[in-house]
Amino acid sequence: MADVTANMQRPSPAHASGPKPRRAFSRNNIVIYGILVVLAVYYLLPFYVMLMTSLKGLPEIRMGSIFAPPMEITFEPWVKAWSTVCTGLNCDGLSRGFWNSIKITVPSVFFSIAVASVNGYALSMWRFKGANVFFTILIIGAFIPYQVMIYPIVILLREIGLYGDLGGLVLVHTIFGMPILTLLFRNYFSSVPEELFKAARVDGARFWTIYLKIMLPMAVPIFVVAVILQTTAIWNDFLFGVIFTRPDNYPMTVQLNNIVNSVTGVKEYNVNMAATLLSGVVPLTIYFLSGKLFVRGIAAGAVKG
Amino acid sequence: MQPSVSIQNLKLDFGSVSVLRDLNLDIGQGEFLVLLGSSGCGKSTLLNCIAGLLEPTEGSIHIKGQNVTWAEPSDRGIGMVFQSYALYPQMTVEGNLTFGLKNAKMPKDEIARRVARAAEVLQIEPLLKRQPAALSGGQRQRVAIGRALVRDVDVFLFDEPLSNLDAKLRADLRVEIKRLHQTLENTMIYVTHDQVEAMTLADRIAIMKGGVVMQLDTPSVIYNKPANKYVADFIGSPSMNFFDTRLANPQSPKVVIAGKDVSLSGYEFTRPGFSGDVWFGIRPEHIVTGEAADAAPTQFEVRAELVEPMGAETLVWSSLAGTSLRFRVDGQMPVADGDLIRVGFDPARASIFDKAEELRV
Repeated sequence: MADVTANMQRPSPAHASGPKPRRAFSRNNIVIYGILVVLAVYYLLPFYVMLMTSLKGLPEIRMGSIFAPPMEITFEPWVKAWSTVCTGLNCDGLSRGFWNSIKITVPSVFFSIAVASVNGYALSMWRFKGANVFFTILIIGAFIPYQVMIYPIVILLREIGLYGDLGGLVLVHTIFGMPILTLLFRNYFSSVPEELFKAARVDGARFWTIYLKIMLPMAVPIFVVAVILQTTAIWNDFLFGVIFTRPDNYPMTVQLNNIVNSVTGVKEYNVNMAATLLSGVVPLTIYFLSGKLFVRGIAAGAVKG
Repeated sequence: MQPSVSIQNLKLDFGSVSVLRDLNLDIGQGEFLVLLGSSGCGKSTLLNCIAGLLEPTEGSIHIKGQNVTWAEPSDRGIGMVFQSYALYPQMTVEGNLTFGLKNAKMPKDEIARRVARAAEVLQIEPLLKRQPAALSGGQRQRVAIGRALVRDVDVFLFDEPLSNLDAKLRADLRVEIKRLHQTLENTMIYVTHDQVEAMTLADRIAIMKGGVVMQLDTPSVIYNKPANKYVADFIGSPSMNFFDTRLANPQSPKVVIAGKDVSLSGYEFTRPGFSGDVWFGIRPEHIVTGEAADAAPTQFEVRAELVEPMGAETLVWSSLAGTSLRFRVDGQMPVADGDLIRVGFDPARASIFDKAEELRV
């Protein structure tokens, strides 16, 4: 059992073995790194253009050379995008959307993972009657297109008085995250040796004690994966955000769209670019902070699931 | 005396597959019972039923006179040791030992006292602050035994506890478990597929096949007087030699092997007066060679076909009357393939089973 933790930190061998490392500039390496560099440039170029444009003033942008670095750096577009740009009736910039997105994402991620992890634990360990039927229905739910369910959910939320409310959107996100997260946790907990669960039962632990004291500490990698998946998905969500909330409560993505797609007045490319970069900051940060853990968690799930 | 564990008419079906069939078993106070069988015979399933980890379809289980058929595992007065140790990886050894006691909301000083005692008995005191990952296999299994020990239970359940250990460690820990049983005098139920463990540890062995107990008796009876051909074949390595023959003449019973009359005057019949087609079984270690063979009541001349030297003794494969015949000779005796060897045995040590039901005659 302890092997689960042991595997995570594989010690490097005391004596290196295997063939001698090959030369850095062999023909193979040049080809491989060449392709990688080209691909990296391909993906980084738009980012570069956005960053440069967001730091230029409008007159400079009108000159047209989009790849050139700004002659005069200005943070005016960033400030405007964050705090004063108008969307609809509100003129307090993206900051409103940012806080709305936080208010939507944090509880949605928390509740969906809390419920799904217990689901997965119950489905893999307790095998109650009809567990497989329940699981199958849940997974089938993942294959039904969202569009089919939008209108029924609007009616449902209206009936329970949550339509247009942030709480309603949190509920929708929690429910829609359920199939994939339950699958993730079920597979992870299925890889935990059954004898560990039996030992805990013999030791007098019940459902919640086993979950909190035994399973939860062992499942940290998969929780990290779930947090990343959910945070990115919910933060980037546009469809549910635009349908289930009122303009006051629009998440950042919807606000961004309204800024960029506004047809009145002058197109402020620099403000648009700054706004886009601002709304991408959270998922980017999450990836950078947890990249290693993410890969480890995905790999653990893949090998053992 | 009231049995420690009593199992009555226990049945367990997984869907349409019946794993345990109408099983009855009484285990005495302080007895060491080994459940022995090949994989899929239902021995682990039975143990899980006793532990309360599986619910039987029918029947009842009593521990110390209490009906515990539907009780929670922790309320049965049992402790269990698993093949994979099943230590909680994120807790220290001490955390592992105290987990069950904390769940039972035991006072702190009592917990400390019990942990100290278990650690002393199992000699794991220096390991208490370590993580399971930092322990060797033998140490881990000792902690796992300790986890059952601290709970001060009536019945210990072992589910193949030594199968994950290497041969030498297995022998060491086997002795330790036996010593533990002598010290604690608890009832112990031990599941294994290893007949050496079964023979050395058990007060009684229950040999299982297809969810049924084939024979329940002391190791000596199981070895010397197996109740049926399955048990005879299963116990002993290499396994018993069987001759296909006919038992005739109830007045002076005899069988014919390779054209020779073998008188059964010394054989203790379970069913005297039986006649008909039988399997005549003789263990490889009951076949003698050399001078002893000349003195034996029944003698044959066989050709060694394959020789397996094992150090202390040599295993010889030959054939007699169209049946493969295995026997052991002293390791010092020079034997080569193709040698003619005089072998003999005492028919009183044989086991005879009727061919129809394969039960002891």
